[in-house]
Amino acid sequence: MKEILQDLEGAFGDRVTVSEALGQTVVELPAGEIVSVVTFLKSRGFSMLIDISAVDRLERDPRFDVVYHLYHLEEKDWLRLKVQVGGDTPSVPSIAHVYASANWAERECYDMFGIRFRGHPDLKRILMPDDWEGHPLRKDYPLTGTRPLPPLVHE
Amino acid sequence: MAELETTFGQVDPKTGLKPMVINLGPQHPSTHGVLRVRLALDGEQVRACEPIIGYLHTGIEKNCEDLTWNQAITLTDRMDYLSPITNNFGYVLGVEKLLGVEVPKRCQYIRVMFAELSRIASHLVWLGTSAMDMGAMSPFFYTMQQREHILDLIEMSAGARMNPSYFRVGGLLNDLPPGFSEKLRAFLDGFPRWLQEYYALLDRNPIWIERLKGTSPMTAEQALEYGWTGPLLRASGVPRDLRKTNPYSSYEDFDFDVVTETAGDVYARYHVRMREMQESLKIIRQAIDNLPEGEWHVPGWKVYPPDKAEIGRNMEALIYHFKLFTEGIRVPAGEVYSAVEGPKGEIGYFLVSDGSGKPYRVRVRGPSFYNLQALPVLVQDKILADVVAAIGSIDIVLGEVDR
Repeated sequence: MKEILQDLEGAFGDRVTVSEALGQTVVELPAGEIVSVVTFLKSRGFSMLIDISAVDRLERDPRFDVVYHLYHLEEKDWLRLKVQVGGDTPSVPSIAHVYASANWAERECYDMFGIRFRGHPDLKRILMPDDWEGHPLRKDYPLTGTRPLPPLVHE
Repeated sequence: MAELETTFGQVDPKTGLKPMVINLGPQHPSTHGVLRVRLALDGEQVRACEPIIGYLHTGIEKNCEDLTWNQAITLTDRMDYLSPITNNFGYVLGVEKLLGVEVPKRCQYIRVMFAELSRIASHLVWLGTSAMDMGAMSPFFYTMQQREHILDLIEMSAGARMNPSYFRVGGLLNDLPPGFSEKLRAFLDGFPRWLQEYYALLDRNPIWIERLKGTSPMTAEQALEYGWTGPLLRASGVPRDLRKTNPYSSYEDFDFDVVTETAGDVYARYHVRMREMQESLKIIRQAIDNLPEGEWHVPGWKVYPPDKAEIGRNMEALIYHFKLFTEGIRVPAGEVYSAVEGPKGEIGYFLVSDGSGKPYRVRVRGPSFYNLQALPVLVQDKILADVVAAIGSIDIVLGEVDR
């Protein structure tokens, strides 16, 4: 693990920051580097993409953390990648062509947070209905309240 | 997907016909819940497949943000409702990691015991329902009957059968009740005979073997690419089991094998799950035989509430009780990923705390969500009947897929 991280720092220099939180390794990187970093890590044995999710830190600018978890079979450990994105239409390059499992995960992230994954083959809502307004897991999305029922018959 | 849309509407050059588009589900019995699968069929062959999910989305991740850390456990129950205890498990381990506390050995052993009981219960439901999908009715009754014993055991200690919320941050709801050990041993003694019965019902059944063997194979590379975990990945020959690779809650104390198969087809998945039940029995027996005496929750009143009787005697206990149940546990700010090996694969929780009594973010990595994603690969150019076998073999729970 140490070796891979050293090589990662060697290859990407200051653009990646490696740290540790509660015994878990965290790599922070700018959004533009995500494809090259995961491609590098996959070639070094991180054969599984475990999860993609996001955290909305409403008061912070940039507002969102996109969080990736990878798993290394031989090292038997996870690696967390964190990318900060913000702006009116937050977006990050898609890694669906690197790991097949990213496809649905990115769609869910888009559905729940409105983060766009550039280059995703089919970025559409996955859990919410196609005509839903808003992105439920954003912190400014109301937790309670009513909205009109959807029409019984779709035109 | 633009590519997919063209496949759905494409004219076959040989026949000059467009494929027939049908919906399997969301009310089809073999989809195990409200899963809708859009299929483009050429005769009986599947030309394109698109699973459509979200019918059971209940906003669990959002709702967790408005509950205290302990209250959110009740929602984790409702994701994989066939094995709620393993969902509790990953969550409480994550919160304990953030708090920096470790529960006593006795509690760890009891947790292992219940996690393995849930694994058996979940595999039994899978066995019964997927046999029913293949047209074998009887195994369903036999598996449900044995699952009933496990639910009785859970009810005995947690008070509820289906959504027990038995594991709490820093401990359990309560210690094992009197008479539990005898009842558990009776189950452990009786169950192996039933396991043989299931083998007898299915393993020499020509229809079962014919429909399962060689159906929807997945190579190890493909399985890893799709983020498969659990029995599905092990059936493709990758011995990844978090209980062995990343032991938690004293799993390193137990002697058991990681079950793998190499074929990667539906039949291999069936065998992995059957043998996993035997391994689980081994673990439970070791846990009950070596169950340590002593405390079953963390000491002090900062994390685990004081005993009810203590509240009547001790002013300080009353204050802690009040604080814990109104404000919740104060969890230090931080982020943690905690994962356990559930019956269906890796159940991961990415928890973010801002230092208050409620979680800032609870992200759940449901194994079924990732496992289901590979369905189009499994059924491409297969016949429609194999779609049913493939869905059954993934062992999805829609509560967990849609959350």
